[in-house]
Amino acid sequence: MKRFLLPLAVFVVLVGFLGLGLKLNPREVPSPLIGRPTPDFSLPQLHDPQKVFSPKDITGKVWLLNVWASWCGGCKEEHPALMQLAKSAEVPIYGLDYKDRREEALAWLRRMGNPYPITAVDESGRVGIDYGVYGVPETYVIDKSGVIRYKQIGPLDEETIRGKILPLVRELQNK
Amino acid sequence: MKRLLLVFILVPCVAAAEDARPLADNPQVEVRLKALAIELRCLVCQNQTLADSNAPLAEDLRREVREMIAKNMSDQEIIDFLVARYGDFVRYRPPLKATTTLLWLGPFLLLVVGATTLVLALRRRQKKLADVSLSEEEHKRVEQLLSEGTKRP
Repeated sequence: MKRFLLPLAVFVVLVGFLGLGLKLNPREVPSPLIGRPTPDFSLPQLHDPQKVFSPKDITGKVWLLNVWASWCGGCKEEHPALMQLAKSAEVPIYGLDYKDRREEALAWLRRMGNPYPITAVDESGRVGIDYGVYGVPETYVIDKSGVIRYKQIGPLDEETIRGKILPLVRELQNK
Repeated sequence: MKRLLLVFILVPCVAAAEDARPLADNPQVEVRLKALAIELRCLVCQNQTLADSNAPLAEDLRREVREMIAKNMSDQEIIDFLVARYGDFVRYRPPLKATTTLLWLGPFLLLVVGATTLVLALRRRQKKLADVSLSEEEHKRVEQLLSEGTKRP
């Protein structure tokens, strides 16, 4: 019996690691941008192409940058949660319309509701590259001094907003 | 819904298998791009290199790399640019760091453990074999059995 103990132990350890691996999401790649200042950009606004939007315009408050597109399925999924968050007025959500067509983006917001005070248009996806965007939707929590504190990859849901985003936002607001 | 998301993620990898577009006029740039692109990962189709992937993001990143090459940036500078945005994960060869030591040294560690176990097991077996001693009578019986064996067709 004793000689089976070692293989059994190895097996148990292996199963433990594999089980852990099942729960990890390979799409969640840790972003090197956490703790760094927001990459600067200056992009035309969706509703008023004559005006530009830059993260520098927002100073002294905590805000969210939500990268979305009308062609993105996950964005549709998270939209109700964003609308609710916008309604609560706890934290402003600015939009970055990623590799999208203006008319389609505008129609999408008309249909789904617009949670963003301003949406910037990144048609070429170049600003997306600076932010390390690789799967929309993505959401960044940015603090009062313009430093990225958290990055959500994939759709936000009410649970994530309540459990992760809002506690962090409140903590940053009180600093 | 999660499954649907997966489909959305995977579709760009499968679709769009059209002919490669002529990329740039400068063949030297293309040679460098090719060499760099096989070292870089497409973040959308994570098991493909930037060279293999047809995902829109891979296309954008190839364009970005091409522009950096045209600006005469070194390979290291280009890789640093991408690592600053996407992390070490964009590199197909992870760098040797505190967090990746197990990854790099693990196989050698396993090899040493395996070799040691093998040597120990062999030695133990040899000892066991040497310990077997036969009495005079047993010897005779063995010889008898062996000679009987050879007589048979």
